[in-house]
Amino acid sequence: MNNSFIQINQISKHFGDVKAVDNVSFEIQEGEFFSLLGPSGCGKTTLLRLLAGFEYPTSGNLLLDGIDITALPPDKRPTNMVFQNYAIFPHINVQRNIQFGLRKLGLTNEEIRKRVNDVLSLVKLEGYEERFSSQLSGGQRQRVALARALVRQPKVLLLDEPLGALDKKLRDEMQLELRTLQKNIGITFVFVTHDQQEAISMSDRVAVMSEGKIQQLSTPNELYKNPHNIFVSDFIGETNFLKAETKSQDGEYINASIEKLGEFKIKNNLNISENSSDVVCSVRPETMMIDKEKSDWDICLEGKIKQTSYLGEMTKFYIETKEIEKIITVSSQYFDNQSFKNNDCFISINLDDISLLNKK
Amino acid sequence: MEQKNNTLLFYTLLYFVFLYLPVLFLPLFSFNDSDYMSFPLSGFTTEHYVEMWEKTNLHKALWASIKVGVVASVVSTTIALFAAKAFSRYKFRGESVSYGAIMMPFLIPEIILAVSILVIWLSLGFKLGLIPVTLGHILFCTPFAMLILIARIEGFDFSLEEASRDLGENAWGTFYRVSLPLYLPGIIASLLLSFIISFDEFILAFFLTGSDATLPMYMWGQMRFIQKLPHVLALGAVIIVFTTLIVLLAFWLRNIGQGKDKAGLGIKIHE
Repeated sequence: MNNSFIQINQISKHFGDVKAVDNVSFEIQEGEFFSLLGPSGCGKTTLLRLLAGFEYPTSGNLLLDGIDITALPPDKRPTNMVFQNYAIFPHINVQRNIQFGLRKLGLTNEEIRKRVNDVLSLVKLEGYEERFSSQLSGGQRQRVALARALVRQPKVLLLDEPLGALDKKLRDEMQLELRTLQKNIGITFVFVTHDQQEAISMSDRVAVMSEGKIQQLSTPNELYKNPHNIFVSDFIGETNFLKAETKSQDGEYINASIEKLGEFKIKNNLNISENSSDVVCSVRPETMMIDKEKSDWDICLEGKIKQTSYLGEMTKFYIETKEIEKIITVSSQYFDNQSFKNNDCFISINLDDISLLNKK
Repeated sequence: MEQKNNTLLFYTLLYFVFLYLPVLFLPLFSFNDSDYMSFPLSGFTTEHYVEMWEKTNLHKALWASIKVGVVASVVSTTIALFAAKAFSRYKFRGESVSYGAIMMPFLIPEIILAVSILVIWLSLGFKLGLIPVTLGHILFCTPFAMLILIARIEGFDFSLEEASRDLGENAWGTFYRVSLPLYLPGIIASLLLSFIISFDEFILAFFLTGSDATLPMYMWGQMRFIQKLPHVLALGAVIIVFTTLIVLLAFWLRNIGQGKDKAGLGIKIHE
């Protein structure tokens, strides 16, 4: 057996006819910041609840640090959870919320006080011990929930969309803080989110889920650069899909015809079969160039700017071309649409930036 | 300008007069120096209250009612708590049937309930007394208790219970440390209202008490003798005050925290 910290072996969870989690297997390493990412209803929360012990799998088993925890109730597992709505006990104050889980650990009063004080300073909540949940802001509640879970020194911390209820600025701050905290204390984090930007910016590895299955499990960079299928490519970041057909394989490359642009040699990383029409090409908006002049890039098309949206750090151009059926989105840091006469422009694409994907 | 609606005001006043005026005659005549309930009032006296204080049969009946009321309210609230939790927390087969079954005593005429219990109790060879009255009251109070508790438990954030399990408490520890304190205002309201319902109940008691009279039975027995009427009036006045206080307390507890503080602690927390 290998020494993976968490092993998820062929786990399925059915609710009636619905397969919330469908025969999923993967491993999580010790000390890893691991994210489960997907749209709502993809099974990510169910998977987290299976890890916490709030649900039991229909089939398969779970190992944590070499021990089978499949049938253990939540109070017997070395995991702790930060709930989506924080679930701070409203009838006791912050101090007693944090102490709640220490009762059965057999600690002396001295040890309890030390642990509580340590965790309070870790989440920067000193001075809030006497407050009640209703007297705290969203961000503070989140810290209490975090402290209450961490004070038990779990082997794994499970986080169920903990930043969902916070406003954008606070969320960005907490992302950075959580990431730093996790690296400092070294506890394995399993983080559930539907926000791809959040998952990409915080995680060591991300499992993208859809319809109860893992679509792709890799590092954030891999996920963005080499999506394994059309779902991942669409879900992570923004992209343009172009119609395509494959012809013959040529070494690492495959010949493919793309819409009315012609035939090109494209890198075939995913072993896509020859002579298939069940494929698409994906081109990220930021990999293309928009200019007034024709360029010497692999592909250069004449187009018309239909609309622009200014986003501050960059601008998005929505461009119509003769060759491509759909409107193409190009993003650029360059914003001066006065210089495009009659909204005429050229968009340029490098073949290296085109990835070929199976439709299914 | 806001137009005052005098018709509605008049209706409201009429309603309250109709509802409460007869009740107010009880305390009024209980201080009247006469055996008859009639105007004009003949003079002020507290003698009926003294008389009431000295009746040993009344004390016995009061004690019987308290015993029945306490047992009935505790048992029916306990049953209702489990049922309310099940109905608000879980979806299960036969949910609406079991809900209907619990609510049934609320809907069928009390006299039918009383006669049924009487027939079964006697055919089993048991003696009439406070035990069958208590059982009848438990049956009768449980739907009231359940309505109060469901109102309390619905909207309860069950992730609090999951959080407790997650933090190392088993099911009992979770109930004791999280659920019970949060349900407490509802539980107390249910206990108080069940007690009052049992305390005032007449029909079940009439059929099932045998010789151990409860307080309403005792009052009914005294009504046959005109000279005993005044101390029953005094007793009635005391019961009105006592019942009103308990009902107010129960409603105050039931509503506490249902606005801002969803979990409802009964502790007022400033924002």
